[in-house]
Amino acid sequence: MTTTATRPGALAASGHPLVRPDAAKHLTDEQVEELGRELDAVRDEVLAKRGATDAAYIRRVIKLQRSLEFAGRGTLLFAKYKPAFFAGTAMLSLAKIMENMEIGHNVLHGQWDWMRDPDIHSTTWEWDFVTPARSWQHTHNDLHHRWTNVIGKDRDIGYNLLRMDPDQPWKPFNLGNPLYNAILAPVFEWGIALYDLEIPEYKEGLKSKEDMNRDLKAVGVKVVKQFSKDYAATPAVAMLTGSGKQALYGTLAANAIRNFWAHAVIFCGHFPDGTDTFTEEEVDGETRGDWYVRQMIGSANISGSKLMHFMTGNLSHQIEHHCFPDLPSNRYAEVAVKVREICNRYGLPYTTGPLPKQVGSTWAKIFKLALPPRKAKAATA
Amino acid sequence: MIRFRKLARATAALTTPLTAEDFLALFNPVYSSRQLRGIVTRVEHETEDSATIYFRPGHGWHAHQAGQWARIGVELNGVRQWRSYSLSNAAGHDPAITVTDAGSVSHVLVRDTKPGDVLFLAPPQGDFVLPEHPRSLLMLTAGSGITPVMSMIRTLVPRRPDANVVLINSNSTPEKSLFREELDELADQFPNLTVRHWFTSARGRLQFTAQTIADLCPDWRTRAAYACGPEGFLDDAEELWEREAALEQSRTVPDVTTGAETQGVRTGTLTIERFSTDLTAGDGHDGGLVTFEQSDREVQADGDTPLLDIGEDAGVLMPSGCRMGICHSCLIPLRAGQVRDLRSGELHNTPGQLIQTCVSAAAGPVNLDL
Repeated sequence: MTTTATRPGALAASGHPLVRPDAAKHLTDEQVEELGRELDAVRDEVLAKRGATDAAYIRRVIKLQRSLEFAGRGTLLFAKYKPAFFAGTAMLSLAKIMENMEIGHNVLHGQWDWMRDPDIHSTTWEWDFVTPARSWQHTHNDLHHRWTNVIGKDRDIGYNLLRMDPDQPWKPFNLGNPLYNAILAPVFEWGIALYDLEIPEYKEGLKSKEDMNRDLKAVGVKVVKQFSKDYAATPAVAMLTGSGKQALYGTLAANAIRNFWAHAVIFCGHFPDGTDTFTEEEVDGETRGDWYVRQMIGSANISGSKLMHFMTGNLSHQIEHHCFPDLPSNRYAEVAVKVREICNRYGLPYTTGPLPKQVGSTWAKIFKLALPPRKAKAATA
Repeated sequence: MIRFRKLARATAALTTPLTAEDFLALFNPVYSSRQLRGIVTRVEHETEDSATIYFRPGHGWHAHQAGQWARIGVELNGVRQWRSYSLSNAAGHDPAITVTDAGSVSHVLVRDTKPGDVLFLAPPQGDFVLPEHPRSLLMLTAGSGITPVMSMIRTLVPRRPDANVVLINSNSTPEKSLFREELDELADQFPNLTVRHWFTSARGRLQFTAQTIADLCPDWRTRAAYACGPEGFLDDAEELWEREAALEQSRTVPDVTTGAETQGVRTGTLTIERFSTDLTAGDGHDGGLVTFEQSDREVQADGDTPLLDIGEDAGVLMPSGCRMGICHSCLIPLRAGQVRDLRSGELHNTPGQLIQTCVSAAAGPVNLDL
C-alpha cells in the first residue's frame, strides 16, 4: 500500500512533533511518552482477556443480524399488507444498520481476525454497502485512521464535498454546504462509494490509471449486485404476492434509514465542537504518545445507553476506536472508562455528548463554514 | 445436489454479498460458504485419555481411504486451531477420528467434545494407504500410531479372506493400549489377522533387530510393512529395513548378461507415517521482519519459529495442514527475502518459490505473497 513510515511501529521512538497541538502544549515529552505507555497497557490488558466470550459475542450479533435480514426481507414479500410493510422495513433497516456498523465496519478493521475464522475476517469480508470492502479499507483504515484529522492528508474531513474546518480555504461552492449535506445523508452509501474511488487523487496524478480501472471495475460489479438485490430481485419475488411496488418502497426506505443513521453517527465522530484538526507540522516527528494524543483530541464520543452504543457499531466510542482500531468493539465500553481517566489526568479534552447535541453541533459547523471567514473576507475585499 | 447448487446460485441475487449457505447456517451449523464443517454425532471413550469422535461432514468432504488423515479445526478460547488426525474407522463408513489427549487441541477434543458440536474440516488426504493388490502385510505400531492402521485392519480383515495381516502393537500397558479388545476379537474371529501385543512396561522397549522381529513374525521379510508411531520407533524401524536392504545388496550379484537378479529372500517395502518432525535446524539463527503483503501485516520473527505460527499470531489467515512439513497444504509463494527449512537448515531465497510455512522460519527479512 502506501508508506510504512507512519505505522505505529514506525513512529519516532522519542522526542516530539515539530509543533505539538495546542490542547497538548502543556505536556512534556516525558509525560506524552508515559501517556503512550499507559494506553499501550490498556490495549495489552484487553488482548490478554480477549477470548471465547468475545468470539461468542460477534457470532451472536451476526446470527441476530442475519435472522433480522432474513425475516425482514421475507416479510417485505407481503408488503402490500400495511403491517408487513412496516415490520419488514423496520427489520431490514435494523439489519442493515447492524450489518454496516457493529459487524461490517469492525470486521473490516480486523477486530476479529484473531479468531482465525475465514468467515469473519478482514480479508474475506464483504458488506451490504455499495462501496467494495477493499476500496473502503484503503481510504478508511490506511488513510483516515493513519492521518486522522490532518488537514491536507485526511480527506475524510468533508469527504471532498463539504467544508468542515476553518483551515480549509473557502470557495463560493461551499455556500451549498448545508444543502450538500442534506442531499448526502439519504444516499450516504453512494457518496462513500464515489469518495472511495479517489477521483481527486486520480486527477492529481496520485493514483494510477490501473488502480483507477481496477476500482471502477470492482465498484461496477458491486453496484449491479447491490442495486439488483434491493431494487430488482426482492420486488420481483414480491410480485408473486402482488407486493412488488410496496416491497420496492420497503427496500428503498430501509436503505435510506440506514444511510441517514450511518451519516449522522459518522459525522459525530470527528466534526462536533471540541474536536481538533492538525497541520502536517503537528504530525511530523510524532511519537507513539503523540499519535495517541492526536487520536483522542481529534475524535468525539456519543454518550447513551447500551442499545445506543450497539446501534452505532460502538462508533459512539470513537475516541477509543481511534486509539485502538483493531480491538473488538464489545470491549470499547470498558476501555472508555480508562481512556477518559487518562485524558482527565493529563488535562486533555475528552469530547462527548448525547446524539442530538453532537448532531446539532455538527450541523452548526456545516452552516457556519458555508460562509467565508470574516477576517479573510475583509482582507480579500 | 446439482439442483441445490442451482437454487443457491439463483438465491444469491437476494442474499449478496452473503450466500444461501450463510442463511442456511442459521438453521443448521453444518452450512458455510467458506469452511467445510462436520457435526459430531457420537463420542466414545477408548482409554482413560483417548476418545473416538464420529462426525457427519457437510458438502465438500470425500470418503476416506483406510489409513488417511484429515485436518480438524476446533476453537480454543475463541481462536481456531488446526491439527491433523488419522481417521480410525473402516473405509466406506462415516468418518471418525481417535484422539489421544497430548496437547491443547487434542485435550479439548478428548475432554470437551459432545454430540452436536461443530468441527471444522478439510477433506481426507495422505499416502499411508493399503497397497492396491492384496499381499501379506506387517503392521508395526506404537501408542496412538495404531489409529490409521486400525482403519486399515477394519477395512481389510473382515472383507478380504485372502488378506494376511500381522500386527505388532507396542504400548506401555494393556490399559493404555487403544482398540486392544476389538483387535483381539478380530484376531479370534478372522484367521487372516494375527495380533502381537508388546507391552513396554513388562518387556521393555521393542528392539528392532532382525531376530526380535522374526520372533514375533517369522516371515517378516516377505511382507509389505507399515509403521506408525513416535519418532524414535519409526527411526529404529527404518534403520532395520535399511540395514537389511544393504546386506541383501552386498549378497546380490547382478547377472549382467540377462539383467535379471539372483532371487533370494528380499525384504519387502516399509511405508511409514510420522506424527512429528524434528524442527531444530533454526536454533541460534537470526530471524527477520516478515511482511505478509496482501494482508498488509508486518511482524518481527525469530529464527526458529515457523512462519505459519508467526502469521497466525498476527491474525493472518494462514493455510495450514499437518504442521510438520508433509502435506504441503501451507504453501505460500516467497516474494522476496530468505527462509530457513527448520528440518534441514537449508536456505531458500528464490522469489516465486513456494514455501512450506509450517517448517520454515525467517532467515532475514521475508516477504510472503499472502
